[in-house]
Amino acid sequence: MKRYLLKQLLARIPLLIGITLISFMVIHLAPGKPTQLQTEMNPKVSYEAIQRLEKLYGLDQPLYVQYWRWLSRLVRFDFGISFQDNRLVLDKIVERIPITLFLSFLSLIIVFLVALPIGVISAVRHNSLLDKTLTVLVFIGFAAPGFWVALLLMQLFSVKLGWLPVSGIRSFGTEHFSLMEQVVDVGKHVVLPVFVATSGSLAGISRYMRGSMLNVIRQDYIRTARAKGLPEGLVIYKHALRNALLPIVTILGLSLPGLLGGAVISETIFGIPGLGRLFFEGVMARDYPLVMGGLVMGAVLTLLGNLLADVAYGLVDPRIRILGEERPAG
Amino acid sequence: MQHPPLPNSAPFFFLKPLQILFFSLFFLSGCGGADLPEEKQFSADPIPVTGDRFITGSIAEPKNLIPILASDGASATIVGQVFNGLVKYDANIELTGDLAERWEVSEDGLEITFHLRKNVRWHDGYPFTSEDVLFTYQKLIDPKVPTPYSGDFERVKDVEIVDSHTVKVTYKEPFSPGLASWGMAVMPKHLLENEDLTNTPFSRNPIGTGPYRFKEWKTAQYVELEVNPDYFEGRPYIDGYLDRVIPDQSTLFLELRVEGVDSLNLTPLQYQRQTGSPFFKETYQRFRYPSFSYAYIGYNLADPRFKDLRVRKALTMGLNRQAIIDGILFGLGRESTGPFVPTSWAYNPKVSPLPYDPDEAKRLLAEAGWEDHDGDGWLDKEGERFEFTLITNQGNEQRKMIAELAQRQWEKLGIRVKIWIIEWTAFISQFIDQKKFEAFILGWGLGRDPDLYDIWHSSKTRAGEFNFIQYHNEAVDQLIEEGRRTFDQEKRKAIYHRLHWMIYEDQPCTFLYVPDALPIFHARFKGIELAPLGVGHNFIKWYVPKHQQKYLTQ
Repeated sequence: MKRYLLKQLLARIPLLIGITLISFMVIHLAPGKPTQLQTEMNPKVSYEAIQRLEKLYGLDQPLYVQYWRWLSRLVRFDFGISFQDNRLVLDKIVERIPITLFLSFLSLIIVFLVALPIGVISAVRHNSLLDKTLTVLVFIGFAAPGFWVALLLMQLFSVKLGWLPVSGIRSFGTEHFSLMEQVVDVGKHVVLPVFVATSGSLAGISRYMRGSMLNVIRQDYIRTARAKGLPEGLVIYKHALRNALLPIVTILGLSLPGLLGGAVISETIFGIPGLGRLFFEGVMARDYPLVMGGLVMGAVLTLLGNLLADVAYGLVDPRIRILGEERPAG
Repeated sequence: MQHPPLPNSAPFFFLKPLQILFFSLFFLSGCGGADLPEEKQFSADPIPVTGDRFITGSIAEPKNLIPILASDGASATIVGQVFNGLVKYDANIELTGDLAERWEVSEDGLEITFHLRKNVRWHDGYPFTSEDVLFTYQKLIDPKVPTPYSGDFERVKDVEIVDSHTVKVTYKEPFSPGLASWGMAVMPKHLLENEDLTNTPFSRNPIGTGPYRFKEWKTAQYVELEVNPDYFEGRPYIDGYLDRVIPDQSTLFLELRVEGVDSLNLTPLQYQRQTGSPFFKETYQRFRYPSFSYAYIGYNLADPRFKDLRVRKALTMGLNRQAIIDGILFGLGRESTGPFVPTSWAYNPKVSPLPYDPDEAKRLLAEAGWEDHDGDGWLDKEGERFEFTLITNQGNEQRKMIAELAQRQWEKLGIRVKIWIIEWTAFISQFIDQKKFEAFILGWGLGRDPDLYDIWHSSKTRAGEFNFIQYHNEAVDQLIEEGRRTFDQEKRKAIYHRLHWMIYEDQPCTFLYVPDALPIFHARFKGIELAPLGVGHNFIKWYVPKHQQKYLTQ
């Protein structure tokens, strides 16, 4: 197992380098330079000053030199310095991880808690009125644009009713409150963002669950179980559900990069200092080091997520065994 | 011009004039004639008291609080509260002393001697002296410091410390805009001399001489300032200043609605349609005054069609600019007649806008050879149809609407216009800088000094420079240069009045409008004073009566 993991990890390194090379090229292909944005068409910025900025940032060098410099820093875990504010890219990313992780974990858990039962019920009551109602509801959640739902909810809960704050992650000056009050304060701030994030993702997971469950229910061993006279509850929740959950494990593994990706629109509307906004603003400002930092993080997490899904699949599904582990020696 | 996805709506009424320069630049979303504030009776509360906190919101987060590196609007707003320059503009847009008590300009205009205020201390208690001024200058011209502001200071020959509170600046040649450039915030030598400016905690923890001291910066959430009780112009009344980062316009407006922020720059739509309710009338006070910016349609003057003055004139006369102001700004603006705005002393009130006259426009076009020879409904000349593409940047609804309006009105003249909306960075780097355009819509935010060199001088046409329309007029060039050499205010005024007239005569672009700035403030703030400079100039005199104070700050 250890050897397998190690081998898989090593095999992914060239892949990672390939990804960074392509990403680097692509973001430099995008028109515009960071220096232009930094100076915002300010007529007081002289031509010479811009040349100077480009030189300081190394932007006057050929692209392969820039990439080589970037790569040689990366192997020392140096992501470079953000063009926008001269801060370490790593610092900028790390400071936003907790809130991003908190929100996306919370949403992920709620999505699974809600979507899985919806999927199961829809499959068991296949084509019933309940199935159709649930389907319509989750699709409405999926189709309604997040920013629009967010604004409507803010208008209702914050402006009209005054129950929840409009934006931000905590109220100003609550640092000295008791722990409980702080938790309540943060809780009030995250209700709407989490709701918006969740309502959009229910459709995917619940449909997956429904499909997978339907698939399983039609299998021979389920018919056998029923024929044996097992109670329907036992058939569904023990025999069918366990097998139907297998593909969901893959999805869980694949959602790993999403956890740190953040949600640009929701973070922007709700004013949440998350990673999505950071990278989005980085792209708009052509802040190459920051964007590359985000891409590397995303690539690493995607590769790890895939590996994790593979391994987890092997663990939960007895039919799949990792090569070289269970196989008899020789 | 505003960077579209992250529109820069730092509360520009607080920028010090010199910093306003360009930050509000392209903020074309608001603006029109000077008006009195909403008919709001200030409750008679004659004795200002201290206390309370002022909360504002900006779309973008500040990036860097080192004054000479702060190139974005949000940073400049904070820098303006924490630091001082040697000079500043007063309420009437005239230069006055800030850290400098007074100054003298030598007869030949080559030397400026600044006499600094004594007894000014940095927020850490260290005394402010000439050394700090010299240090700031040295950093501004240091090639290793990535400052965008070196331009004006490269004309300086030498900065010399006469004594601890006197500094003498010598220029290579007389340079009148140089005086205003000393509004650049001065940095503390004792804290920065051994620091690498590109990598110092100071950029997020600044120490200045200004009315407010830096307290805390929570990334992507807020920047908090607290009052500097020892401020040399007297203690500001309001104890705290909080700049919240709220990256979405609609959210920002909802925050205003729930009183989560105390101020906002309204859009014309918000001003006319969304802030008239009894709630807003009671809770807020609105202001309206001409901003220091204008919108225009620029033409590529290297294009033979646009080289012809008659064509440019026809395009302007065929465009109903008042209709644009009424339709797009809801009347909150006025027609622009050239490179200056009405509140500037350089503005020549005798220049009146070309009338809207489609018939005269058609006549001018015919005179220039543009007529519908083949009867297809479009003008043509030598077998070529009059057709061009009008481009502008994505994310600015007003410019998009201007484009559509211009398209319709020019169509009536027989000119076929295509519209192309392009993402900001690509728009600037691939089209404007490369001069690959026929016509475009943009705006300029202006500095308080009327120097036109960077935008209108014929030498400023390299990629990345600002005379991208490639305007060239020898006489204008000479006058611009003369304006930069002249210190005498009356003489300068005469020069710029003449320039204003000459440029409008040339119609190098179609000047559209000067939008109104439309700030709104919570009604509990008293003492807000509307002046030609705007409303932020006397912020340290604002106060909240005791019984209306909302936040406990001490």
